[in-house]
Amino acid sequence: MSVEFKPEVVAFCCRHCAYAAADLAGGGRQAYPSAIKIVELPCTGRMDVVNVLHAFESGADGVLVAGCLSGKCHYIKGNLYARQRVNYLKALLDEIGLESERLRMVNISAAMGIRFAELANEHVECVRKLGPNPLRSAAKQGVAA
Amino acid sequence: MIVAESKPLEAISAMLQRYEKVLAVGCGTCVTVCFAGGRKEVATLAASLRMKRGIEGKPLEVAEAFVQRQCEWEYIEPLAEQVKKYDAVLSLGCGVGVQTLAERFPGTRVLPALNTLFMGLPTEAGVWEERCQACGACVLDKTGGICPVSRCAKQLFNGPCGGSQNGVCEVDKSVPCAWHMIWERADALGMTDALMEIEPPKNWASSRDGGLRRMVRDDLRTPTEDGGNE
Amino acid sequence: MSQDHALAVPGAAPVAAQGTLKTASNLERVLSQGRFAVTAELGPPRGCDAAPVRKKAQILKGWVDAANVTDNQAAVVRMSSIATGLLMIGEGLEPIIQMTCRDRNRLAMQSDLLGAAAHGVHNLLCLSGDHQSKGDHPGAKNVHDIDSIQLVAMVRAMRDENRYQNGKDIPGGGPRIFIGAAENPFADPAAMRPYRMRKKALAGADFIQTQLVYDVPRFREFMKKAVDLGVHKQLAILAGVGPLKSPGMARHLRQNVPGMSVPEVFDARMEAAVKGIDTEDKQARTRAWREEGKRICVELIQEIREIEGVAGVHIMAIEWEEAVPEIVKASGLRSSAAG
Repeated sequence: MSVEFKPEVVAFCCRHCAYAAADLAGGGRQAYPSAIKIVELPCTGRMDVVNVLHAFESGADGVLVAGCLSGKCHYIKGNLYARQRVNYLKALLDEIGLESERLRMVNISAAMGIRFAELANEHVECVRKLGPNPLRSAAKQGVAA
Repeated sequence: MIVAESKPLEAISAMLQRYEKVLAVGCGTCVTVCFAGGRKEVATLAASLRMKRGIEGKPLEVAEAFVQRQCEWEYIEPLAEQVKKYDAVLSLGCGVGVQTLAERFPGTRVLPALNTLFMGLPTEAGVWEERCQACGACVLDKTGGICPVSRCAKQLFNGPCGGSQNGVCEVDKSVPCAWHMIWERADALGMTDALMEIEPPKNWASSRDGGLRRMVRDDLRTPTEDGGNE
Repeated sequence: MSQDHALAVPGAAPVAAQGTLKTASNLERVLSQGRFAVTAELGPPRGCDAAPVRKKAQILKGWVDAANVTDNQAAVVRMSSIATGLLMIGEGLEPIIQMTCRDRNRLAMQSDLLGAAAHGVHNLLCLSGDHQSKGDHPGAKNVHDIDSIQLVAMVRAMRDENRYQNGKDIPGGGPRIFIGAAENPFADPAAMRPYRMRKKALAGADFIQTQLVYDVPRFREFMKKAVDLGVHKQLAILAGVGPLKSPGMARHLRQNVPGMSVPEVFDARMEAAVKGIDTEDKQARTRAWREEGKRICVELIQEIREIEGVAGVHIMAIEWEEAVPEIVKASGLRSSAAG
């Protein structure tokens, strides 16, 4: 276990803001951790509780949900529903025994490439401190799901 | 619909402590529409249980199954073979569903994942309210379609108690006083006279006080071999 | 019902004239004579010591025509109202047994009544009962097999028709009980309240004790409607009154007790009562408040007494029974304790 821990973080990104922001960050050579795996969604309102649980069950060390700024959702309230689901999930993660800090929701706009990179780095750093997802080895062995 | 909610994960997990393989069974009727026991809730609970036990170092296999109605023999029959492969069945049905599974599969431990709450309706997104207690002797004709059995904390039949104020129940300020509503509605319909009559004590024998309730419809029963000729 | 008996108070005495009394109740006798009735309240102890009951009974004895014994008041477990009532009888104070529909089904209610009557209980006050969620056993299952109006009707049939609620005969005759009920003139829906009281009269109630009256104008409106409906001739209406102990109590009643109307003028009067008294002198302030509370109560009684249809007052001095004789005396209802 002397190998340095490189957290794997899944980012559920809304197409209208965060996904574009991530693109902008990449295009602008703004560094954000390569460990972040981006899942493009039409809206964070599409993000299901089960999607996030499966990400953690499959060994993700952290999950970032990135949606539009409050009041700017293309589908009016999708980002607000996502926020409620994230709150529900955080409570559930605590019950499960996984630190709820591994899950975070952020709100940004398509123009905020730098901010996206900052937030992604922040979350990866937070997860690094928490250590690996205890389910990771089990997931690798194919025990779960 | 029958409204239910999930038991705390901790409580469900404690029930499954000594098992290694369980089958979580959802139900596609009432508990699906109140988001307690549909496909998604089965997937959420199964993943949560697997993760919790994984973290605790005692892996639990949770398979997911789903039937349209847990409260009818025909719908649960397809589970017969699958059930044999598991240590226990975790039902995400209402209390009726749990018992139907337990009755059909006597050799298997069947456990409830939900607390069955009441019969009611969603009054707005994310909010459900009780409307009927199945007392077996409906009085809604006399009370303007507002039920004093399920909606009055004291089940009064002759008017509001002294704690009714500003249309709100003394027990919980977020709950409207059933008798206030009954009066207002009767007033609006010009039918307050009907509320002046004294409603006699209710016969609760048709409620749960009479023990197990059973309804029989002879016209719907399976005919016996020889029905006789006329 | 006799209409020609002497009326000492305006519109009072709906109860049958002497000689045709339904029960051996002293309260019924007083009301039948057209006298302005006075009742009070005795809260049973939360333990099994009879001494506080005897002490309170001695304080009230002679000053009131009968005293209510609360039944697990506020849904808090206390000594049984019937058992407490028997102790009161032993002290020479007539009890009005309160019975809630919360804790008993129709079997328990009827058997308790038979037993109470056998022990010389003559009065019953029929109540729905405060909800258990407000009491000391919030997880209790409530009963509510019948409601308070159905209870009134049941007791009336037991007394007048010698029948149980099931319609069967009571061997040897039913309990001779003078039947009371409660009404809250200040609760909602306001329009239904006088009719609900009439419903209680039709069910067989002999008397009504109202919720605490502080808002006299609203009470007057309620009574006017009751008189228009003729309810005051069907039963005796006793207005509930009670002395305030502090300005805080006025606020508490207004804000926390559903269906209470306490005009703010009383807060101001209570505040004014301690003007000039050192705020550190708690004893003097309490004394001043209590004096003012009694004074207000006396004034209320005098005002209420003049309202048509009011047959008496029910003085609720919770855990302050000593105030009752003083209030009765000061309001001119009695000059000394009756024998």
